[in-house]
Amino acid sequence: MPMTASDIVDMIKEAIPDAQVDITDLRGDGDHYSAVVTSQSFKGKNRVQQHRMVYDALQGDMGSGLHALALQTALPSAPSEDNS
Amino acid sequence: MSDINDIITSEIADNDVVLFMKGTPTFPQCGFSSQVVQILSYLGVSFKGVNVLDSDELREGIKTFSNWPTIPQLYVKGEFLGGCDIIREMFEEDELRVFFIENGIETINN
Repeated sequence: MPMTASDIVDMIKEAIPDAQVDITDLRGDGDHYSAVVTSQSFKGKNRVQQHRMVYDALQGDMGSGLHALALQTALPSAPSEDNS
Repeated sequence: MSDINDIITSEIADNDVVLFMKGTPTFPQCGFSSQVVQILSYLGVSFKGVNVLDSDELREGIKTFSNWPTIPQLYVKGEFLGGCDIIREMFEEDELRVFFIENGIETINN
């Protein structure tokens, strides 16, 4: 069963409360999304660990209910105290 | 399941660069697998492609083994490096080429 973009955002935010999720339904079919997830909780983790956190948030729907989620993770931009 | 874990363990022990993928490097059967094949080919990295469509046991086993829900999956020197998104991002930021060089993996444009 297709998942809506807001289902995905809700699940991610439930597990990663400070997450900012920018999601795009790539084909408008509710089955192929891309998401950029930004969270302070990714700090100190490598990309594999960051992506695992998001996949864990989706509780097994990734790869089953959700066919394709192109994922990018990021830390929030540091407050710019200098301009260098 | 231990048999399939043994098979996976020996694949990644015996080959420096192993791509668990849908289809073969010559005939990828999934766009995500195809992208990683193209990136590795562009960099001129030799790799072993393992077709997970050959066996359901392998297709599910690799997900459990890596604790990763999707395919393709790239292993370098026995370590899980990532799936399609991570490999593409590393490639676009030129981290992937550097990573291979640092790990003593031959690339075309050293």
